[in-house]
Amino acid sequence: MSIASTSVIQIIPRSRRGVELMLLLIAIGVSVGAYVNIGITVQDKVPASTGYYAAGIGLLAFIAHMALRYRAPYADPVILPCAVLLNGLGVAMIHRVDLGLAIAAEARGATPRAPAAPQQITWTAVGIVLFLVVILVIRDHRRLQALTYTAGLAGLVLLILPLVPGLGADINGAKIWVRLLGMSFQPGEFAKLCLVVFFAGYLVVKRDVLTLAGHRFLGLDLPRARDLGPILIAWGVSLGVLVFEKDLGSSLLFFGLFLFLLYVATERAGWLLIGFLLFAGGAWFAYGTFGHVHKRVEDWLNPFNEQGVGQVANALMGQAWGGVLGRGLGQGRPELLGFYGQSDFIISSFGEELGLTGLIAIILVYTLLVERGLRTALGCRDIFGKLLATGLAMSFALQVFVIVGGVTGLIPLTGLATPFMALGGTSLVANWAIVALLLRISDQARRPQTPAAPVSDETIAMAVQKQ
Amino acid sequence: MNSAIRRLAVAAIILMLALMANSTYLQAFRAGELNGRNDNRRVRDDQFSVNRGPILIGSTPIAQSKPSDDRFEFQRSYPSGPVFAPVTGYYSYLYGRSAIELTQNSQLNGSDPSMVFRRVVDVVTDRRQQGASVSLTLNAAAQQAAYKGLAGKKGAVVAIEPKTGKVLALVSRPSYDPNELAGHDLTKVSAAWKRLTEDPDKPMSNRAIKELYPPGSTFKLVTSAAALSSGKYTPETKVHSPAELPLPQTTVPLVNENGRNCGGSDNATLTVALRNSCNTAFGTIGLDLGPDALREQAEKFGFGERQLPELGAVASQFPTDPNQPQTAQSAIGQFDVRATPLQMAMVAAGIANQGDVMKPYLVQSVRTADLKTVSETKPESLHQAITPEVASQLTAMMVDVVENGTGKPGRIDGVQVAGKTGTAQTSKEKPPFAWFTSFAPANDPKVAVAVMIEDANVARDDISGGALAAPIAKSVMEAVLGQ
Repeated sequence: MSIASTSVIQIIPRSRRGVELMLLLIAIGVSVGAYVNIGITVQDKVPASTGYYAAGIGLLAFIAHMALRYRAPYADPVILPCAVLLNGLGVAMIHRVDLGLAIAAEARGATPRAPAAPQQITWTAVGIVLFLVVILVIRDHRRLQALTYTAGLAGLVLLILPLVPGLGADINGAKIWVRLLGMSFQPGEFAKLCLVVFFAGYLVVKRDVLTLAGHRFLGLDLPRARDLGPILIAWGVSLGVLVFEKDLGSSLLFFGLFLFLLYVATERAGWLLIGFLLFAGGAWFAYGTFGHVHKRVEDWLNPFNEQGVGQVANALMGQAWGGVLGRGLGQGRPELLGFYGQSDFIISSFGEELGLTGLIAIILVYTLLVERGLRTALGCRDIFGKLLATGLAMSFALQVFVIVGGVTGLIPLTGLATPFMALGGTSLVANWAIVALLLRISDQARRPQTPAAPVSDETIAMAVQKQ
Repeated sequence: MNSAIRRLAVAAIILMLALMANSTYLQAFRAGELNGRNDNRRVRDDQFSVNRGPILIGSTPIAQSKPSDDRFEFQRSYPSGPVFAPVTGYYSYLYGRSAIELTQNSQLNGSDPSMVFRRVVDVVTDRRQQGASVSLTLNAAAQQAAYKGLAGKKGAVVAIEPKTGKVLALVSRPSYDPNELAGHDLTKVSAAWKRLTEDPDKPMSNRAIKELYPPGSTFKLVTSAAALSSGKYTPETKVHSPAELPLPQTTVPLVNENGRNCGGSDNATLTVALRNSCNTAFGTIGLDLGPDALREQAEKFGFGERQLPELGAVASQFPTDPNQPQTAQSAIGQFDVRATPLQMAMVAAGIANQGDVMKPYLVQSVRTADLKTVSETKPESLHQAITPEVASQLTAMMVDVVENGTGKPGRIDGVQVAGKTGTAQTSKEKPPFAWFTSFAPANDPKVAVAVMIEDANVARDDISGGALAAPIAKSVMEAVLGQ
């Protein structure tokens, strides 16, 4: 039984860079259109910054596109346009809330805060730079496998960083920020990337052991008790993040990613069951023990409590105000959410101004991004790449579900960044790195397989292991 | 491995579908509930900035929105605010809306489903949403006359057109100026609100429809109607009417206010009893007919139902299970009988309209900004309270009251007026309420009116009550009749 026949789906190799360029033009057109629309409705004129915005987004997208043409010609043509569209729309909405906040501040007689949109464009540029670095430096994603434990260690360090006295900063109750050189970073965003590399590399080696069945229970093969170590450690670390950094979202994200990769590596649904029970236990424990978790759940169950209109209630009313078709860009009141209208609650701002219709379109773009990522995993020829692509794609899926679900009242609100859209440099830059990695893997997966090409050492090793 | 990845792909799609389903529920189905919340600033700000339609009497606005150059684009203003305040109500950013501003809100701001087509046109042509105008049935002259008549007093006046039920005047004093609450300077608005709500004279309570008062002798019209309708009485039937009527089950007798028998007779006719407003005669009738007949008659005039939905009047009451002395007291409008001035105007209007009580209404029509009619109110009968025969008998008795009895101050030169006075008290310490209810001309009624004056500082007899309240009714009737 060879790996190639069971785990790789055949893709007719075509580079599709032309398609990508077309899609990019559409994505840029939509973003610039949104930007201009906002200027016209709010300020009655095409904003002077349109050129800066359009050139910025356009140039950055073009650079990324050219890098792919030369260094990853077979990369998936849909992923980059999705990311550019989300990033572009995000900047447009950040700009929109900037304007709203400025008007509100003026009405109060206060000095408006410095606009955040230019800052986000700068961060987009940094993200694209990292994108280029990843595409140009990492010529083969399998090299990352050698860094498995380094990545694991780096991930842990990044996770712990905000807890270091003098370095960490407590913003909005969560200790997930690091202040350095006058700027704030969220190291957790990069920890996510490192940990996915670690999980993938680790599971490539351990999957055979973890696949061994222990007891059979309710039609599921449960793993042996002595193999429970890794999942318990992952669970413990996640709980640690929750307890010490009070970051519900990241905690859930890390544990969820580990669980998904464990499942993909072993194909044992039993792991999912154990993971779910551990998660449920942890959630119940956290709900009973930690005030901030308890409050989040209460706010979710009863957003309209006697403490007045809170963030979630405000966001829900904003989306209701948008209705099916939305108020129109520039015609809602997303500034009522304050700074959150461009960060954690940016999805609510879209729901208000673009309505249910726009919100569903955005969720579909995310779905497309996730599914293209998973498609890359399916087509990938090596196990490490498969796990890595799955982890990266699912990190988007989980993040979108957790934050959008929280903002729309489906699940308790947990602070995770809305990928590519929310205001925040670290998250944006990290997401561009993730997309670059996904594209790198997809280039490998979709590249024509030359039969004469030498088979890499890992593949042989794995084939041997399998037999 | 690929099958596991495929399952994850399906799981990811399910997660995204869950997000979409939840958003659909929130934005398509739950939106109405959330937009209707009082603490919803988006809706409140938006509606406050709408070009709200005017409230009109004829073509004269009594509430209108004018462009303003502050953060709300329009300023609501009320010319002659206090005169029409009980009808228009107020529209305040901080304190919401009341009266017509409240009940006709969706018409005034243009969000009513009946205007959905217009709204679509506005969106397509990029025109600003503009509310519809609401035309009222009020007669401006009658309203002004009533307002002037109540100057310096606490009380209410309601005038109705008997044939249609149109409300011609609806005044409550002391009043307030809704302009104070509609202002955009929110500090001033909240100060005004505090002052108005803490004023012991309660200027914001609508005495015409929201407060219940003992109707006193004006309720004898209802008792007379029940008596004549029973078939046992005619206007000439002699009724036992001593100075003091001993009541069963109690040692306290029912007495006439002047301490004498009725018009010089211990057995006066029904006409004479009404003319002199003899308590003992109507106590006798009440005991004879029983509480159920009285209640039934009262309900046919509209007691027990909430009237005038445009303003949300409270229901007038007749006690549920009075014993015999309580029944005798109820027959003269005391004990637990409670009525709004609107209700007593309806009694007069019903008698005036041959026994057919019309549903009172205030909103004549609703028109869009380009004068297309959205809705037009048609007169509707509420109940046939009495037969036309009984109505004409009662009318003759009421004309007699004004021409020869307690209602003399209500007379108008050249016009036959039918009326009934009343004084009522809640306790011995409090000053009584003065009432007068009437209609004119008696042969072809154009207006029925009820006047109530709270804490009237007069003697406790009908002549004094009539003297105080009847001139106001007279001036309102004159205003309607154009004299």
